[in-house]
This record gives sequence, structure tokens and C-alpha cells, in this order.
Amino acid sequence: MSERIAKPYDDVPGTTVFDADRAHQGYHLNQFAMSLMKAGNREKFKIDESAYLNDWPMTEEQKQGVLTRDYNRMIASGGNIYFLAKIFSTDKISFQAAAATMTGVTEEAYKEMMINGGRSPVGNMYKKEGE
Amino acid sequence: MARLTAGVTTSHVPAIGAAIDNGITSDDYWKPLFEGYEFVKEWVKKEKPDVVLLVFNDHATAFDMNFIPTFALGCAPEFEPADEGWGPRPVPTVKGHPKLAAHIAQEVIQDNFDLTIINKMDVDHGLTVPLSLVFGQPEEWPCQVIPLAVNVVLYPPPSGQRCYDLGKSLRKAIDSFPEDLNVQIWGTGGMSHQLQGPRAGLINKEFDKNFLDQIVNDPDELAKKPHIDYVREAGSEGIELVMWMIMRGAMNKEVELKHKFYHVPASNTAVGHLVLENKE
Repeated sequence: MSERIAKPYDDVPGTTVFDADRAHQGYHLNQFAMSLMKAGNREKFKIDESAYLNDWPMTEEQKQGVLTRDYNRMIASGGNIYFLAKIFSTDKISFQAAAATMTGVTEEAYKEMMINGGRSPVGNMYKKEGE
Repeated sequence: MARLTAGVTTSHVPAIGAAIDNGITSDDYWKPLFEGYEFVKEWVKKEKPDVVLLVFNDHATAFDMNFIPTFALGCAPEFEPADEGWGPRPVPTVKGHPKLAAHIAQEVIQDNFDLTIINKMDVDHGLTVPLSLVFGQPEEWPCQVIPLAVNVVLYPPPSGQRCYDLGKSLRKAIDSFPEDLNVQIWGTGGMSHQLQGPRAGLINKEFDKNFLDQIVNDPDELAKKPHIDYVREAGSEGIELVMWMIMRGAMNKEVELKHKFYHVPASNTAVGHLVLENKE
């Protein structure tokens, strides 16, 4: 793997900034997701997800991320949330429900956290705070 | 001559659009949010803008990974509401103002801001949710709209300073347009929110409240805020707030704050809303 240049946002915990390196890594994953903007493609994808994915030159890791609906895994392999939103929209899942899956809590617990003012920035701004 | 009279900022959360479209704006969850927009709905009926220059971002709708313009000006006569995966929002077609848009492109590009020109674009919730919040659910939008799309999806977006300076250039262009038009500029997106990863759901009320104050009273200083501060403190998607700086740059140095509203949450997001008028 080529060496990434250190970036100031690398020490923000629980956060992947979608920069040009990520865009390169995730190009086909994101373009696949974008294809789900068309109703006909959504239907084809739902009938046979693996077959649909095999039409895209994605890595096995990216495909598994999609098949298991593991959004953190998709993001780690170059996915951008606005592109990945086409996948959970195809599943008729809300942005809030999808966000909850990335945080390891139930949708109900996540919704409750948001109603109570959201996740506090205290202790969540630097990786070293969580150590 | 054209006159830039007012600036509006608002978040553009898609769930707000869905709440309007599904008629659930007065349920317990949404009512406090929509009450915060009662003022602007009445205000805009009196102000009657002819044109709104609407600063927003596309959310992987019109632009995929192939083309990502930093600043892109909509010069078309019409923009259709986009199908974002749930079917298009049931809102009117957005009518542009090609003549003013062309004038802005002419002036601003020659003032060293290299805009991309768009002659065909479907517009997503980033543009239509603010229109719904301010104008409600009319048969036709009551004014023309010039979309200005800003990249905040692929990092890095333009800096706050660049946005602020672009606003000033847009103002000069509007001021030099010979037709008598009442023009408003709207900055949309924000406030603090993060939609991805284990830190999703981040809300920073202190950051947001300071931002709401500083953008009114000390925008010169606020423009210097670096990207990393937005990402770290306001969430990875909180960086949309740089778009508000374009609005502020286009306004007078001294503005009158007509309305301020802040509410948490709308789905994953903190909602902020300002109505500013240029002092005479």
C-alpha cells in the first residue's frame, strides 16, 4: 500500500474524511451506488445483488461491505455517505436508521440520543481522548 | 438596477422535505422546527424577491464521481426536482433567470472566480428543502432561482475565506445588473452534523451558537476558520457551513438581524436559520 501523507483530520475519532485518495479508492463502489438512482437498476439489484455487483470492477471487500450492508466497511473501502445513501434508499431505510447502524446502537437508542441533543463533542474531537 | 436586499440561511435536511411532503409538520417531533420558520414565511410575502441566488450543495445527485465542480452556477431556464432514490419530491419545477445568471458568470469569472457553468441540472433536497421551508407548498415557486452549487462532498471544499470573497464578487455582479430586480441570497446546509462512522450524530450547540452570532457580527474573523475546525468540532458534514459565508460576503458589512432560530434535532442534524437585511 502506498504511504498516505498525514492529514490533520486523521486524528478525528470515528470519522473518515472523503478526500481525493478515498475518492480514488472508492470510485467504482460509489459509481455502483450512484447507478441505483435509476428505478430500473434498483429493481435489477434487488433481484440478484451479487450478479449486479459483479458487473462493477469493485474489490471483494467492497462487494462484501455492500452485501452485508456494513456501512463502516464500505466507508473504509472508499465509500462516501452521500453515494452510499442510494443503497439504503433502495432498501427504504431512512438516513437516521442507516446512521444508527454505523454507531453500534439500535435505531431507537440513536433516535433518543438525537432527541436529547445528539452526540456530545466532549471527548469526541481527538483520537487520543478515547485512549 | 438590481438590488441585493436580504440574506437567508437555513439547513436543508432531507427529512424536513419528507415531513412537508408527507403532511406531518405539526406532529410532536416536527412542530417545534416548523414554528421556527413561521417568521420567514410571512416576511418573504412582504419582501417579494424577484430572484433568489440559492447557494446549496448537490448530494451525489447531479454530480457523480466523474465531475466535481467546486463552484457551479445554474444558468438554465428550468431545473427539475431530482429523483434521489425515493422518486422526485412533489414540488414545482424551479425557474431560473438565465439573463442574470449569465451576467453573474461574466462578471464573477472576470473578477477571478472561475465558476463552472451548468446548463442542465436536476436539483436535489439541498435546493428544494429551503424553498419549501420559506415558501411552503405553492403551485409555482413565487420567484426565479439561480442555483449556485458548491462542492462540500469531496474534501477539500472551498475555504470559508474563499466563499466569503466569492460572496463579495457576486454582490458586485448583482449591483451592476441593469434591470430593476429585488434579489436575495440564501446560504444553506449545516449546522453541526455528522452522518457517517462511529461518531455519527455529533451535535455541537456551542459551535453552532457561536457561528450564528459571529456570522452576523464578525464575518471577517469567522471567514478565517480553517476546515479542520469545522470537521473536528461541527462534524464531517458540518463543513457545509462554508456555504453560509457566500451569503454573508454578498451582504453589507452591517446587517440587521431580523430572525434567528436554532433547533436540535432534525433527523441527524442541528438546524440553524437566519434572516438578515441589508441596512440602508
